[in-house]
Amino acid sequence: MNNNFRPALFWFAVLNAVATFLLIGLGGLVTSHEAGMSVPDWPTSYGYNMFALPIRFWTGGAFFEHTHRLLASAVGFLTTVLALWLWLKDARKWMHWLGVAAFLLVVLQGILGGLRVDLRMPSLGIFHGAIAQIFLVLACSLALFTSRWWINSETEKQVAVPRGLRSHILWVTVLIFIQLLIAATMRHQHAGLAIPDFPLAYGKVWPDTSAAAVASYNERRFEMQGENPITAFQVDLQMIHRLVAYAIFLGVAAAAMLARKKLGGRDPLARLAFVWLGLLTLQIVLGAATIWTNKAADVATLHVMVGALALLTGSLWCLVAARRTRLAATSPSP
Amino acid sequence: MLANFMKKSLLLLSLGIISALQLARAGDITGTISLKGTPPAEREITPIKDNPDCVAMYPTDLPKTKFYVVDASGNLADVVVYLKGVPSASTGATADPVLLDQKGCLYSPQIMAVQTGQKIIVKNSDPCVHNIHTMPKQNPESNQVQMPGGADLTFTFDKPEPFLKFQCDVHPWMFAWVSVFDHPYFAVSGKDGKFTIKNVPPGKYTLEAAHRKLGTQDADIEVKADGASQNFTFEVK
Repeated sequence: MNNNFRPALFWFAVLNAVATFLLIGLGGLVTSHEAGMSVPDWPTSYGYNMFALPIRFWTGGAFFEHTHRLLASAVGFLTTVLALWLWLKDARKWMHWLGVAAFLLVVLQGILGGLRVDLRMPSLGIFHGAIAQIFLVLACSLALFTSRWWINSETEKQVAVPRGLRSHILWVTVLIFIQLLIAATMRHQHAGLAIPDFPLAYGKVWPDTSAAAVASYNERRFEMQGENPITAFQVDLQMIHRLVAYAIFLGVAAAAMLARKKLGGRDPLARLAFVWLGLLTLQIVLGAATIWTNKAADVATLHVMVGALALLTGSLWCLVAARRTRLAATSPSP
Repeated sequence: MLANFMKKSLLLLSLGIISALQLARAGDITGTISLKGTPPAEREITPIKDNPDCVAMYPTDLPKTKFYVVDASGNLADVVVYLKGVPSASTGATADPVLLDQKGCLYSPQIMAVQTGQKIIVKNSDPCVHNIHTMPKQNPESNQVQMPGGADLTFTFDKPEPFLKFQCDVHPWMFAWVSVFDHPYFAVSGKDGKFTIKNVPPGKYTLEAAHRKLGTQDADIEVKADGASQNFTFEVK
């Protein structure tokens, strides 16, 4: 038993992580509803103090955008308190700096979100979406590092995780992050679905992206939400997104099998790898459902949230595996 | 000094007379836009159901999209017809302003055309807040809020641009498309598919018709003192 465990700090870090995950969901709803610019000013909202915007204006797209701002403010506040708490009460020096990093990242993220509105730059939304994913991993890592399990297991005997398995999962996790960047780029084109069918694409294995073909796709499209016309680039990007999704699924399936083979089926990391596989299966179903429902906002947002969970699972797996291996190497021989 | 003044006055007078003579000889370009083939059926704007302010204005049926406004005879509305490649000659600064209304959580009209420098007055006739988000490619972007009963907003654009999008992000199904020209020789086809471009000086021109979904078509025409006529037929593939 280690006396460094602080339950209040841990649960506060968990609260911050859960709020961050919900914030990603709300951010997903903002983009899915094409509502990112519905409140044209920031840090004010319709000229009001953000926290005093009359509730009669919380309608339509402004509901999603405004509540996103409020929850983001709450996460900013929680992260600031957490960083201070870690600095003052956590005995581990590196945790002080991790708290500072979280604080700086949440400030940067808030400013990016604000500038995306004030500068009217859709491309900033891609960075905003990408940093949100990194911040979620960081917020959950802080919760993990302050947990009783993490702190107590410091002195427990550990079994090393083979390097090949660790490398494999690290690379698949990196691929998931790249996939999230592709997805953020797709979503922030504000062009809706570039390809309306799945598993085929415009009825073919690989769609025609000639100028004439793209013109005919646009003729037939109904941009119910004023989406921009699609381009050949966007069609190609969605095809790449699909191919990378298949590669990730195969990579995670291989990771789960490898983990069971190398660590045994009862090992927590092997089980986590199978949870990961389950998430990826769900994610592919949600990706298909996003297309079949013509990008229904709630389905598309669930796709974003499960994508975030997939990145998070891979990242935490890598952290735990690296630590186990380090502790196994430094623990005295029996 | 007096000589200079006289010279300038004479020059201005001559230009005025020439312009007046040209205008007197200028003709109208008229025509009809038709659509061949069956366009995709328009859809109900179902997201309106999620907004209490907007759905209250539609107690029975929801409004439908207006991508292909075509009558029973195949006449196509909302086609922007204009002279292509003519020298810059905008009279937008002195032209009458045009109105873009927000009514029933929709823009009206959805397709319009103006000159550079011509005022577009945006009105909010709805009982709810809108944001007017212009999304140009050549002109500066802007995004402003307009409260219910709020003062009208005025927009002008300095550079020509086809189908410049006005969008409301509070109600993301709301959009209008404004084509901006640096001359006054354009028109938008009406519900009967007809268009008239007035007071075009005699000469040879390229006339272009542009539909937001169906692309563009060109025709070489000659405008004489009694005008010219040119029809276009678009086809849904």
